[in-house]
Order: sequence, then structure tokens, then C-alpha cells
Amino acid sequence: MGRIFSLLFLLILSSQGHALQTDSSSSTALTPLLEQLPSTKLRAMGPLIEKIAQVKDVKTRHILQLMLDGELYYIKANKQLVQAVKAENRQYQLTDALTTEPVSVVKKSKISKVKTNNRLRSSLRSLIAKIDLTDDDKEVRLQAVKQLLDSPTKASTATISELIDKEPDQEVQELMQATMALQQLRDGEISEQITALNTLSGSLQPAVKNTIVNLLSNLQEGDLTEQQASLKLALQQTLDSIESQASFYGFIENIFFGLSLGSVLLLAAIGLAITFGVMGVINMAHGEMIMLGAYTTYVIQIAFPSIIEYSLLIAVPAAFLVSGLVGILIERGVIRFLKGRPLETLLATFGISLILQQLVRTVFSPLNRQVISPEWMSGSWQINPIFSLTFNRLYIILFSIMVFVSLLLILKKSSLGLHVRAVSQNRDMARALSIKSDWVDAITFGLGSGIAGIAGVVLSQLTNVGPNLGQAYIIDSFLVVVFGGVGNLWGTLVAAMSLGLTNKFLEPVTGSVLANIIVLVGLVLFIQKRPKGLFPQKGRAAD
Amino acid sequence: MKLRKFITTSSIILSSLFYGVAQGEEDTIKVGVLHSLSGTMAISETTLKDTVLMMIAEQNKKGGLLGKKLEPVVVDPASNWPLFAEKTRELLAKDKVDVIFGCWTSVSRKSALPVLEELNGLMFYPVQYEGEESSKNVFYTGAAPNQQAIPAVDYLMNDIGATRWVLAGTDYVYPRTTNKILEAYLLAKGVKKEDIMINYTPFGHSDWQGIVSDIKKFGSAGKKTAVVSTINGDANIPFYKELGNQGISAEDIPVVAFSVGEEELSGFDTTPLVGHLAAWNYFQSVESDENDEFIESWQEYIGDEDRVTNDPMEATYIGFQMWAKAVEKVGTTDVDEVEQAMIGVAVPNLTGGTAVMNANHHLSKPVLIGEIQEDGQFEVVWETPDTVIGDAWSDYLPSSKNLISDWTAPVNCGNFDVKTAKCSGQNF
Repeated sequence: MGRIFSLLFLLILSSQGHALQTDSSSSTALTPLLEQLPSTKLRAMGPLIEKIAQVKDVKTRHILQLMLDGELYYIKANKQLVQAVKAENRQYQLTDALTTEPVSVVKKSKISKVKTNNRLRSSLRSLIAKIDLTDDDKEVRLQAVKQLLDSPTKASTATISELIDKEPDQEVQELMQATMALQQLRDGEISEQITALNTLSGSLQPAVKNTIVNLLSNLQEGDLTEQQASLKLALQQTLDSIESQASFYGFIENIFFGLSLGSVLLLAAIGLAITFGVMGVINMAHGEMIMLGAYTTYVIQIAFPSIIEYSLLIAVPAAFLVSGLVGILIERGVIRFLKGRPLETLLATFGISLILQQLVRTVFSPLNRQVISPEWMSGSWQINPIFSLTFNRLYIILFSIMVFVSLLLILKKSSLGLHVRAVSQNRDMARALSIKSDWVDAITFGLGSGIAGIAGVVLSQLTNVGPNLGQAYIIDSFLVVVFGGVGNLWGTLVAAMSLGLTNKFLEPVTGSVLANIIVLVGLVLFIQKRPKGLFPQKGRAAD
Repeated sequence: MKLRKFITTSSIILSSLFYGVAQGEEDTIKVGVLHSLSGTMAISETTLKDTVLMMIAEQNKKGGLLGKKLEPVVVDPASNWPLFAEKTRELLAKDKVDVIFGCWTSVSRKSALPVLEELNGLMFYPVQYEGEESSKNVFYTGAAPNQQAIPAVDYLMNDIGATRWVLAGTDYVYPRTTNKILEAYLLAKGVKKEDIMINYTPFGHSDWQGIVSDIKKFGSAGKKTAVVSTINGDANIPFYKELGNQGISAEDIPVVAFSVGEEELSGFDTTPLVGHLAAWNYFQSVESDENDEFIESWQEYIGDEDRVTNDPMEATYIGFQMWAKAVEKVGTTDVDEVEQAMIGVAVPNLTGGTAVMNANHHLSKPVLIGEIQEDGQFEVVWETPDTVIGDAWSDYLPSSKNLISDWTAPVNCGNFDVKTAKCSGQNF
């Protein structure tokens, strides 16, 4: 077995050596162009990279890719082109850009970057895509055509038309046809344009819509020939169908945004629904429990830098424990002495919230802390060219529903839940039935605070982690709980979601500042009408 | 903690210096520092306080001014706007300072202004602002809108080819005024009303998904779209994150920001921001001898090799150098004489050029556009060929079109109407 591997290894080595040999002979065309890179001004860079891209050399793509990634540097002393990657101690590891041999490790001041800007980067992207069209991997080719479809040029369509018949994969070929059709729609004769339009109908690519809009605006003026008129009609029809689809997806998207805002509100408020709703404690330090959860995430990421991808999974239980324990401490140390005195409880917990904020300021500095989003939380799920859902929001909706369901189960099915409900409904009776009401109080408060901590983990992915994080959510949390009906978890769910949806449907019309105000005024009016919220508690429990 | 220790040691050193000299000499020149050291603005303003203290220490090393040592008087207005007025009064009436370096937000400057005019103080204001003001008692060393916003829009229009515009800002004075000016400017340039989208969000906004999606839709209308952002403070990070998540890159829709600098980006993961733009008059990455020297002495003074420099620091640096030069020119720290001597003073700026104080109390500055890099620094991609003279009163707003500011004889007025040839006398 080992022998086969070593044989294989040798084979690979020898084939690489072979490749290197052929390179050195063909790189001659590349070298003089590359030598110009360090001294070229940004404005003259565009033509230069196009010249470089035209050189048929295996190294061309590598150089262009390095430039796109911003890793192409040159050594100031001898203008040697290198790939620079950050190493330890603020040093840079250099490898020769052409031979890919390691050069040295130097300080930043010894090297200088080959400059790029947005325009160069986008032309680099299409140049690389053009090279990738002949790649062996189907996925690479697919990405390349997609790239070219976004910004088709005459040169790229020419390359595609050469390759289209040789393309073995059907998916890639279809996209290639779309690109060609798009080019025809843009520059072709009217008859060609109409056939191209037929090929493209049903395509939601933004490039298609843009082209149609541009063509239509050109056709607006003056008298139209019969042909032009029929083209205009066809264009208009296609545009209408694209737009009706777009508005449909826009509506779905708005619902998604509303649900995701709602689920954030739900997470922030659900802990309060227990401490305030079930126990009746006005806990002004609830926001700081959320903040502690967010800082726990930060600490975990600092403590285990090698497993950032899983840090959130560890942070959820950790934040629950940290915030829960602090919650129990607060209950045992302060709140239990103030039972039945809501005003004093309010003031005391407000004081605790200030203390916690200052504590965090002293320990972690008043500046915001950076919590990294793991790879799987970023990016979006592209359903079609005009509709995508961002992963972080998607996970958060699912996660908040999970939290909600498990909390509901705890309260409804477990013996702890039974005790909690018994104590909150009739404390004396519960005590008479040998339930330790003090202990239940502490655990309930800990549970509510712990869930606030979990909300903090989620919020660390969406917003800045700083000492004031909790302040931003405390008011929203109270709104949700009061609106939903105190002491009713389902009410909290419905309230959070409806507030989220209302906000997101108002936002495009009124702007986010006014949307907030309208929601608040609406809530005040609603509470005037129904002081006990959406789902008031009924029966004896209400007293 | 470190900072406090540092302040105490530095003030001990400074005061010992001062006492050492005080035995031989009668008095010192007092320099007031009016920056918030606590509250929300402390993050930004503490840096400027340190910059002023560093400049004072350096000046004292060179032998002070007019043979006297400089003595800093540091007060803390605590990000509390009315307190700025009180502290200004305290500095001028009680401590009898000769000059004040201070303020960051426009509202704090507006609060200090009446006191400065009443007691005839002198203040240097080092932050980019919305213009529409010129006081005899204030020198504005930050950028006016025509030294930041207008050139940035020109760059997007001419070099990037943007024809559709999103003006996104936080809901307060600076973004609203700047966007008003920009909208008028764009309309004057022939941009249609439907190609401009204006959006305001509250301070610290974090749920950007709807707005970013709107920007995306607005930007997919077949025309090159650019976002001009006057979004303030920490709301920027979730904004750029959301842009990245929804797959909008700087190549599709570039965002040019007026409030995002090296300090705001330091310590953050800037991967989702790479390629987006910022317009300033100074970047730490600019290569010049003065800049290298400044960065080195700053990092040495603060004792941290990773500390960054930024645009308001350069403005503070220029303001201090100019004041020192003007004081030496007239041989006194008398406010009226220094004020007149300041006009026309030229000192090297940190980008390899020269800063000149104009008759309207605003500077001539170069305008730089930089792209955000992976390391949180900016790469300059465009700059004005020459320096731009700061314009106190925007030419693009109907209310201030005819106004100019000129503090030299015979005009001697902060808001002189060239049509009616009258000075309204109200400067703010």
C-alpha cells in the first residue's frame, strides 16, 4: 500500500516538474508585461491586464487571481512580483508569483501592493471567467458563464460562440445560449432581437431586465416602424411578466424580513415573558442579561480561536448558564426582598442594569467587541436570480421557534413547569401543597434570564456587541410582552411576529424612523382599548 | 486603565516641566482641550484629546511658544451638549485659556458657539461638518461639504459612471443637511428625481435587511448605482455585513462613506467592506515624510504600535501648527490679533501638500477617495489634482447661494449676502 502511494507521489512530482519546464519556455511572453505591473498607474492598469490575459500561459490565470484577491505584491528593492500572505508577528510570507517558490518572510514596509480598484477587479473577474470557460471542471465553467452573463462584452460572446458547440454539459450550454441571446438582444437586428427575446422569456436574470428597460426607453421616441412596434410590444410583454414575478417575490421577501425581525423580538422578549409575565417582576436588567449572553459568545470565540465554526453551538449553553446564574444571583440577592413592591423592584433592577453595564465597560472596554460570524452563517440561499434568503436570518427564525417550543414544553409538560404555574397562580395554595416557592422563584428567574442570554448569542450575529446592547432591546421586549398579554407565551409569539411584519411592511412606504413611530402609536392606542393585551388571562388566574 | 495611568503620568511630567520653568518665568500659555472623555462620543474624541496633548508636549520640547511653555487645560463635557457651553465658559472665564481645541458633533459646536462669541474666545474645530456656518471665533479645520461630499459624488459620477443614487444617512443634522446639498447638486447635474433614493435610519440601527433589499432592487434597474452613506457610528458595521450577506459587492454597488475612517474600522473584520469607499482629506496610508513622522510619534506617544491615525487627527495637527505659527507671527496670544494673523497662514499637511487658512476660516485641503482594504486601511484610488478651498455656505442650497464668508476688511462678516451687500450679523 505504502509503495503505491510513494509511486503515485513520484508520478505527481514528475508531472509537476514537467509542467514547470514547459512553463519556463512559454512565460517569456508574460514576463515583460508582468515587469510593467509595479510601475503602472491605476488608470493605465486596465489595458495592461487585458494584454496579460491574452497571453496563453498556465500562469496567467494564477497571476490574475492573485491580483483579484489582493495578494499580489512586489518587493520594493528589486521589483520582484510575489504573493504575500500574512504570517505571524505582523510579517508577510512571500512566494514568487511565477515560480510559486517561497522567497522570504519580511515586514510590510519592504513590500508594496500592486494596486487594484473596483473597476479593475470586475474586469479581472470577467477576464478570469473567460479563461475558466475552457476549464475541465463543470462547476468552474458554470460560474464562469454566470459571471459573463452579468456583464457581457463583444469579446466574451465571441469566445462563447466558439465554445458553445463543444460544450458537453447541458446546463452550461443553456446558460451560454442565454448569454448569446442577450448579446443579440442588445446589438442584433430587429428580427434577431425578437427571436432572442423568445429564448430569454422567463429568465429572471437582472441583466435581461436591464437590457429590456434600456431598449424600451430607446424605442419611446419618434415614429416607429411596424417592426419596431412589434418589437416594442414583445419587449413590453416580457417586461410585464418579469415585473409581476418580481413583485410576487418582493412580497414573499417582505414576509421573510418581517418574520426574521419578529423572531429576534421573540427571542429578546420571551425571557421577559417568564420573569415579567409569569412571575410579575418588572426586570429592567433584562436587557443586560441579553448583553451578557452576547459577551459570552465573544469570550468563547477568544478562548477557542481554532473552532470559530462551532463557537455558536458552545456559546448557546454557555450563555444560558452565565445569564441564568447571574439571574439567580439577582433574584436571591435583591428581588426576593422586594416581593410585592413593584416600584422598588423596578428601581432596584434598573440600578443593577447600570452596574452590569459599567462592569462590562471596565472589564471589556467601552468599545464594541467584534464577534465573528461563522462561515455557515454568512451568505445567502439564492433561490432564483432576484430572490434570495440570507442564511443568518433563516437560522435565527428556525432557532427562535425551537427555543419557543422547548420553553412551552418545559412550562406545560415538566414538573418544574407545573410548579412554576402553581406558584404564579396561587402562591399560598402552592406552598400549602409543599412546593418550595422560594426555590421555584429563583429557578424561574434563572430560566428567564438564561433565555435572554441565548437571545444575546443570536443578537451578537446581527448587531454590535457593546455595553449598550441591552438598552436597545429592553423597550421592545416590554412592548412585545404587554402587547401579547402578560403571562401568555402564545401571546408573546403572535405579538412579536405581528410587530415584526407590521414594521417591515410599513418600512418601504414610510421609512424606518416613521415606521417605528407608527407602530408605537398603534400599540398605545391598542393598549388603551384592550389593557390586557391580545390574549388576556382569563378566569381566576387573572386575579 | 492604561489611558488613565497615561494621562496622569503625562500630566505629572508636563506639570513638573511647567513648574521647573515657572520658577524662572512668570506665566504660561494655556491651551484648553474641550473633548468628551466619557459618554457616547468618548470613543472618537479621546483620541483627539491625546493628539492635542501630544502636540503640546512636542511644542514644549522645542521650547514652547514666545519663550513660554504651553499648559494644557483638559475638561470633560461628557458627550452632554449643554455641558459644552458650560465648560467653554469655565475654560474662558475661569481658566483664562488662550485657545481651545475641541468639539466633534455639530450640536456640541453649536452649543459652545454663543459662549465663544460672547467671551471672545478662539476655538479650532477639527471634524468634517455640514457647513452653513462661519464664526469669527472658530477656525474650521475639518472638511466642508465641498471638500468631501461633492468631490466624492464627482468621482462616482465621472470615474465609476454612477447615474442612480442612494443617499442613506442617520437621522440627524449632519446627514440631512449634507443630503440636501447633494440632492440639489445632483439635480443641477441633470440627474432625474426618480434616480435618487433618500433613506434615513435612527441612531444605532441594526436591522438593515429591508433597506439593503430596497437598495438592491433600486440598483438593478440597468443603471450603475452608487450609495452615498452618511450613516453614523456603529450602525455601519451591520449595514456593511448585510450588504455582504445579500451578495452586493463593491463592484456592483459601491458605497462611499463620509463617517467611516481608520479608527472606526480598527479591530473589526473588514472582509465584507473591502472595495467600498470613503472620502476624506487624509488617510493613514498616504505616503509622505510628514505622515511617517506623525504616525511614528503618535504610536510612540500612545505606546501602541497598532494605533491608527485618522482625518480629524490631521485636522487637529494642522490647526495646532497654524495657531502656533500665527502666535509667533504676531508675538502675542491676543484673540483678535491671532485671528487676523491666522488668515493666510500656510503649514505643511500630512499628505505631502500645504494647508492654507482662508479668509472664511476654512482650510484649503486635498480630497482623497480611498478603498477599504483587508487590513482596515484605505488605498487611495483618486485625489483632486489641487487643494480645494472650503466653502462655508453651500452654493447648491437656495438659502445660502448668495452668502459668502470673509473675515478680512472691508467685509468682515461671516454671512455676507453678495446680492444685497448686507451682513446679517448672525453667524450660525
